[in-house]
Amino acid sequence: MALQSLDIKDLSARTSTPPSARTALPVAKLVDVSRCIGCKACQSACMEWNDLRDVIGVQEGFYTSPPDLSDQSWTLMRFNEVEIGGALQWLILKDGCLHCEDPGCLKACPAPGAIVQYANGIVDFHQEQCIGCGYCTAGCPFRIPRLSARDSKVYKCTLCSDRVAVGLEPACVKSCPTQALSFGSKEDMLFLAEHRLEDLRERGFGKAAVYDPPGVGGTHVVFVLPHGDQPEAYGLPANPSVGLVQRAWRSGVARAAGVLTMAAVLVAGVLHYMRHGPLEVPPEGGDEGKVQP
Amino acid sequence: MSPRDGDLLPRHGHAARVAHWAVALVFTMLFLSGLALFSPFFYWLSALFGGGPLMRFLHPLAGVVLVAVFYPYALAHVRDNRWLPADSQWVAHMFAYMRKEHADIGETHKYNGGQKLMYWSMLPIIAALAITGVMLWQPWFAPAFSPAARRVAGLVHAASAFVMFVGIGVHVYAALWTKGAIDAMIRGTVTRAWARFHHPAWYREVTGGKGGR
Repeated sequence: MALQSLDIKDLSARTSTPPSARTALPVAKLVDVSRCIGCKACQSACMEWNDLRDVIGVQEGFYTSPPDLSDQSWTLMRFNEVEIGGALQWLILKDGCLHCEDPGCLKACPAPGAIVQYANGIVDFHQEQCIGCGYCTAGCPFRIPRLSARDSKVYKCTLCSDRVAVGLEPACVKSCPTQALSFGSKEDMLFLAEHRLEDLRERGFGKAAVYDPPGVGGTHVVFVLPHGDQPEAYGLPANPSVGLVQRAWRSGVARAAGVLTMAAVLVAGVLHYMRHGPLEVPPEGGDEGKVQP
Repeated sequence: MSPRDGDLLPRHGHAARVAHWAVALVFTMLFLSGLALFSPFFYWLSALFGGGPLMRFLHPLAGVVLVAVFYPYALAHVRDNRWLPADSQWVAHMFAYMRKEHADIGETHKYNGGQKLMYWSMLPIIAALAITGVMLWQPWFAPAFSPAARRVAGLVHAASAFVMFVGIGVHVYAALWTKGAIDAMIRGTVTRAWARFHHPAWYREVTGGKGGR
């Protein structure tokens, strides 16, 4: 890669080690839900920068719009209406890819190089390599990637890998008017998150917590949740992980064992033929049902 | 019938042979494309199918053809594949038979115990592949199933395909090993000696019991 910031740490369906002479600083986006006012500037900025236009939908009585993530909507403000302590609360989640350190999508993908994990932690899809199998949509613990009906390719948030590569922050972070979104090294973001937690605890949110789930090795999008004891109220899984079924299905060991066993069947056939030769009808017709030695 | 033809017995009808080779061709396509999806080591096989995206599109369609041809073909032969005491005897002496050591392979009818095991294992395995295949089929059917269900489907699909390959591998080798078997599936006929030797009970049946030597 010409740019150090685009060095690759892992890629889907690889058969060799990606270039790893250099290491990059792990980056992260911090989403402080307590500061979010639900203005959707981040959604607009994402559309603008990535040149995306979702279909104009129908207002169904919720603030969430469009209704779901799609190939045209890579980030979405979800206005979860939850009753906490007898009062209705809007738990706003900025939904989109969390850029897992241990990405289930990348593990599931059978197309070489269709999913890459940059050295800085960003997980990106290269649609030109995508074959449209949708395995990543089964492998993601957060249900993020979306298969386009138009071109059978999957799309999701890139964490503005193109902007980050040239030293800019993601478009959503740039647009946020309340500093609910911050971008920097993951270390700095976790440090900032701790300060925000202290602030929240002082304001009475005793259970405020940072959402950086260890089941997927941590994420490069980290949330500060005022009600940190109930991430599911925000629509986030409590303990996301790649899971045993997925690991068994797409593990290198299972693949190698499967292929080697199949090769062994061929070898066994050759060896058997060499040792015993073909089964032929004896020249005289033979006795019924008797195999001649 | 010329006197020469009198030595030959019809074993596989025209429709059965066409169905058999159609299944074989479709299985080969499914196996090669499935292998490319299963292991990155074999991803280059996608070039045989016009590249990854086209291969991914064709694989499930080939699966539909397999189901459409295999099941009618298999059901037409269910009578000849009923499990009989002679088949248990064949299975008991299977390894000796493979070494050509044991003298008694039993009173096999049209198909021996090994062929029937193949028949009865392929019925559920192809069904499992078809059902899990539909669950994974993008973009039309997969969205109806949860990610967790599709992960299980993927695992079952790969494991079933593995069993199917081993089964078909044994089937192909057995046919190569047993001289006359491939000819029988191509031309449809076997010699009387072949029939008497490999399938004595079937031989007596098709010759009306008059098939002495």
